[in-house]
Amino acid sequence: MAERRATTSVLELHEVGRRFGTDPPVHALVDVDLRVDPGEWLAISGPSGSGKSTLLNVIGCLDRHTSGTYLFDGVDTATLSDGERAGLRSRCIGFVFQSFHLLPHRPVLQNVMLAEVYRKQSHRGRRDRALAALEQVELTHRADFLPTRLSGGEQQRVAIARALVGSPSLLLCDEPTGNLDSRTTASIIDLFEALHQEGLTLIIVTHEEDIAARASRRVRIVDGSLTEAG
Amino acid sequence: MLSRRPRTRSNRSAVPRSGITIRDLFDEAIAGLFARPGRTMLTVLGVVIGLAALVATLGLSRTASNRIIGRFDELAATEIVVTAKPGPAGAEPEALPWDAAARLRRLNGVVAAGTLSAVDTGDALVSTSPVSDPRSQTDFQLSVQAASPGLFTAVRADLETGRLPDIGHSDRADRVAVLGPGAALRLGITGVEQLPAIAIGDDLYLVIGILRDVARQPDLLGSIIIPEGTARHDFGLASPELVAVETQIGAATLIAQQAPLALRPDDPSILKVASPPEPQRVREAVQSDLNVLFLLLGGVSLLVGAIGIANVTLVSVIERTGEIGLRRAIGATRWHIAAQFLLESTSMGVVGGILGASLGSLAVVAVSAYRDWTPVLDPAAPFLAPLVGGVIGLVSGTYPALRGARMEPVDALRTGT
Repeated sequence: MAERRATTSVLELHEVGRRFGTDPPVHALVDVDLRVDPGEWLAISGPSGSGKSTLLNVIGCLDRHTSGTYLFDGVDTATLSDGERAGLRSRCIGFVFQSFHLLPHRPVLQNVMLAEVYRKQSHRGRRDRALAALEQVELTHRADFLPTRLSGGEQQRVAIARALVGSPSLLLCDEPTGNLDSRTTASIIDLFEALHQEGLTLIIVTHEEDIAARASRRVRIVDGSLTEAG
Repeated sequence: MLSRRPRTRSNRSAVPRSGITIRDLFDEAIAGLFARPGRTMLTVLGVVIGLAALVATLGLSRTASNRIIGRFDELAATEIVVTAKPGPAGAEPEALPWDAAARLRRLNGVVAAGTLSAVDTGDALVSTSPVSDPRSQTDFQLSVQAASPGLFTAVRADLETGRLPDIGHSDRADRVAVLGPGAALRLGITGVEQLPAIAIGDDLYLVIGILRDVARQPDLLGSIIIPEGTARHDFGLASPELVAVETQIGAATLIAQQAPLALRPDDPSILKVASPPEPQRVREAVQSDLNVLFLLLGGVSLLVGAIGIANVTLVSVIERTGEIGLRRAIGATRWHIAAQFLLESTSMGVVGGILGASLGSLAVVAVSAYRDWTPVLDPAAPFLAPLVGGVIGLVSGTYPALRGARMEPVDALRTGT
């Protein structure tokens, strides 16, 4: 996979559509074409209800598209079983959510270690890898704290550390600063900037224009149709 | 897990499936339980009470029935006594042969047998002194019994001092006697070192032993016991009055059937056999009227416990919607979600089973200690209890676990926090 990444895209969408089978059917995504290359920082912006989250879920293999082709690392995701799609999520995609989704009863370090639980991996070195991820987000000193005692920004850093364990091909962020104040937002965006500098591929879904502006490439989605912007 | 689309071999090798090690699965389930330890313990309580009641009930009924059977085993269940059946003119004379004990010992299942007869001494009194002392009583009206040597074994006689008469004394009609403790006390004889003698009527008998106790035929405690041969010679004893038999455990019923034939093959109907009641009947009676209520209570508690686990697991699944979404996002399949919740509910059941078995066993021991019983517990009961608890947890957790597994990760992430 490593050599292929150098030559091919991280992901490619060709005329991808997502239709919800209500009556009448809702076309949440219409003929979306998108190619993301390794190391890119892509911002997907758009008003609420425009299909941002649907696109993110399709890209993150949390949802299946209903038409078109979606290649992840050159593999057609439509041909994958549920177990393989779960494997893809576990190893190749790191998720960051608006509401952090940390387990409140477990210390920060264990929350980060959770990233490896579904990789059928032994415990050997898990703690060290989690500590290394925490170091990337500069939260080593909070390793033994419960998430409930951290500020929102710190909680989101923990979530980012969890997403970074095992060096995923893609970091997928859904409104990562939606619950944060402007100062904390700035520091999180700075963190993304630093990760981008290290070569990580980033996709950030946001409706805030100033955050989208920091990305190296921007696309807009309106009524399920994607357009390059900027 | 659900719909599998056709896929090429290259895809299969390119994308590893997600998976979880057994250790991680257990770690996650245990962590889920310990996230809310108070709630987990309260949930487990129903199963604890149910299984404690069941184990205690089973244990106590076993203990109680064992106690009763134990008492029968000790004496009554191994004892039979053969006498002559009283006819219209009193007991049939010479109904029992002299070799009755020897005949019965030949039966398989007989441990010991001996004949015993009350000796008619006429008006003869028993005394220790040949001289009448006017100031104190020296002559007593004491019962005199004639025993074969085997009788002492059959009644489990315990000797205080001296010795028991043997077959030689009987054959030679030696004038020797063994005293029951009551008789020895009244006669004022405490030991045999001084070679004390007693007079029955005008005849002197050497005291060769003093009994401490007998388990059967308590008449012997206050009697003077002389050898059977001596009684025939001196008092004209016509035939033994009864045969006391000790059988092996469980053989009493059989020996009771065989003994009349062995003793009087010509006319077994003139003999009367006293045998213990059937021990099985005792056990059934004890078990049937002791436990229905407690078993019912245990069953109801278990049902309540199962509903409790189902309820709490369902609440927990709904509360942890966000966690389920997150787990799906970081690679869990539906099966992984279901397995975690099933393992959590099963663990609650197993823990409830272990605690319940412990409490139930303690209750059995405590009640037994209070009532001076020997605690008896079927070894399967405490080991089956965690298993039963686990099955209850598994069954109770099935619906909530499936519900958690059915959640769409997208919806779960959106609604849960």
